[in-house]
Amino acid sequence: MINPDAKTILSVKDLRASVDGIEILTGLNLEVKAGEVHAIMGLNGSGKSTFSKVLAGHPDYEVTGGSIEFNGKDLSELEPHERATAGIFLAFQYPLEIPGVSNREFLRVAYNAHRKARGEDEVDVFDFDDLIEEKTDIVKMDVSFLDRSVNEGFSGGEKKRNEILQMALLEPTLAILDETDSGLDIDALKTVAEGVNKLATPNSANLVITHYQRLLNYIVPDYVHVMCSGQIIKTGSRELALALEAKGYEWLLEEQAVTS
Amino acid sequence: MSNAVAVRDRYLETLLNQATLAAQNSSLALDTLRAAARAVVQERTFPSSRDENWRFTNLSSLLATDFQTPTGLDESVLAQAKERLHDISLDNTGKKVVFVNGTFVDGLSHLGDGVNVLSQLAVPECLAQVHGSNEVFTALNTAGFADAAVVHISKNTVLEHPVQIVYLTVGDALLVQPRCLVIAEASSALTLLEEFHGTGSSFTNSVTEVWVHDNSEVHHLRLQQESAETVHIGKTAVSQARDSRYRATALNLGASISRHNLEVYQAGPQTETPLNGLTAIGDQQLADTHSLIALNHPYGSADQLQKNIMDDRAHGVFNGQVYVPKPAQLTNASQLNRNLLLSPKARIDTKPELDIVADNVKCAHGATVSQLAPDELFYLQSRGINRDQAQRLLVYAFAMEIIEPITVAPLRERMTQYIQQWTV
Repeated sequence: MINPDAKTILSVKDLRASVDGIEILTGLNLEVKAGEVHAIMGLNGSGKSTFSKVLAGHPDYEVTGGSIEFNGKDLSELEPHERATAGIFLAFQYPLEIPGVSNREFLRVAYNAHRKARGEDEVDVFDFDDLIEEKTDIVKMDVSFLDRSVNEGFSGGEKKRNEILQMALLEPTLAILDETDSGLDIDALKTVAEGVNKLATPNSANLVITHYQRLLNYIVPDYVHVMCSGQIIKTGSRELALALEAKGYEWLLEEQAVTS
Repeated sequence: MSNAVAVRDRYLETLLNQATLAAQNSSLALDTLRAAARAVVQERTFPSSRDENWRFTNLSSLLATDFQTPTGLDESVLAQAKERLHDISLDNTGKKVVFVNGTFVDGLSHLGDGVNVLSQLAVPECLAQVHGSNEVFTALNTAGFADAAVVHISKNTVLEHPVQIVYLTVGDALLVQPRCLVIAEASSALTLLEEFHGTGSSFTNSVTEVWVHDNSEVHHLRLQQESAETVHIGKTAVSQARDSRYRATALNLGASISRHNLEVYQAGPQTETPLNGLTAIGDQQLADTHSLIALNHPYGSADQLQKNIMDDRAHGVFNGQVYVPKPAQLTNASQLNRNLLLSPKARIDTKPELDIVADNVKCAHGATVSQLAPDELFYLQSRGINRDQAQRLLVYAFAMEIIEPITVAPLRERMTQYIQQWTV
């Protein structure tokens, strides 16, 4: 939902980032305000996932230029866990399996880390159990998944639900959904999208990274951005996503070549 | 004879003299056994890193200390012992045998139901008869242990509660030689928990023999949590008769240098031997697990999982021998050693050693060495968990595969807490 008076959550200016010395982001600009849903589309290798990892603070990616401000604060000095407690949440394209750590324990430790960062008391095991079991409804997850190791042996759909469950629990200001639709059948896709929509608030924003417009039928974006070679080369409304779906990326790249 | 060899030989002689002194103070009627053991020690040399069996575990730091046979227990020693015992209580009505500096302490123990000490019994014929008794440290123990725990469970008897045997060492430069004999008669079952704790800088040289008779089951938990300055050499030697099951979990946490020799000898067909081990060490600790599973009959199964976590400059050693000679057809043996290195200076030397002659068997082995996976760490961090806590969670997860199946709940809880608080 676009509200011109809403406050700016994320402001990215001329962002450059490299991995292993190779520049992947080459001057990216983006502004996200509270209440908005932004979609970033683009071909493989255009830098979409790199952008999401840079926002979350992955140590393999080096920011070499530009700036990222989150709620008016410079992100560059924050460790990944500090970005998380500040309100950034990255739903992984490939959520990791962590054998031996129970999902319930993991969620509780993460939740308490957020509470601690806000200066609140940690919740005990019993209160947490009540809370998390309530949250599982949002993503229609069976509570038995709480007592398994984190993502271990989960199907693709279950892993993505588990990501949205974490989002429901941690209530981020900015949720970055990295290819959340990949590997999902249509039912799982709907469930995940419904979960994301239920969690939307006027004070938070979603950044949806996807190849396909399919997901955007369910999570309807206010803005669609197209990334190419590490930059956003075009921004439009939802219709842009439909045009990309119908015509592919070629015309856009050609148009780009003509104007530059 | 080179000078270095002479020094080690002289050192072994002084250890033997101390052991002999302890034997003279003891009331046990073991003259023949002790004399034979002394003769064995006299034939041996003190191991050096040139011995294949001790290649990675250098005992030369022992040579700097003249370890003494402990004298009587004074009040302050007993008070410290009591305090420690309080922390490790199993909180049940099971039997307990407590040794302080190698001496049985009746007042802290709870005997009965086949749980006793050697000084109150006729000497069982099987004492010191398990294979491997001629190894130098085992013989040194036989030559001079002060008293021994004897757990003798009669036929068709199942002990409901675990038997806890605690060996506490309080003091410096002591030669402490714990000894335990376990006899599970046919179709019996018991859970045995041996614990080594202490303060100060001593030398523990322990021997535990376990006789698992036909169709019986021994579940053996062994916790080595000695003080940081202690040198610990421990032998567990097991003889397994037909249809028996010996299940062990060995936990190595303490001591500056520790070595556990775990030897299981199959004495009949169709035995089961699941062995679990966890080593978690830091600073400059060294922990060495040498295991030997010697099969000699058909239809045996052995399943071993040894996990090691090394932090700082710690050094882990694992050597796992499995012998599957011709008679051991239809054996099913697997061995896995997994190592987690938490610091660039940490080290592991691992050597699976499978010697398979029988042709109709299923045997597998493997060893892995890893560090904490950066992507797993990042995943946890991206959920607000700081790096330190994320590392702890992953270390905990690695260790829980061994800790979680521990059936003695108070020990399991103690170990869970230990690993959670263990600094990485």
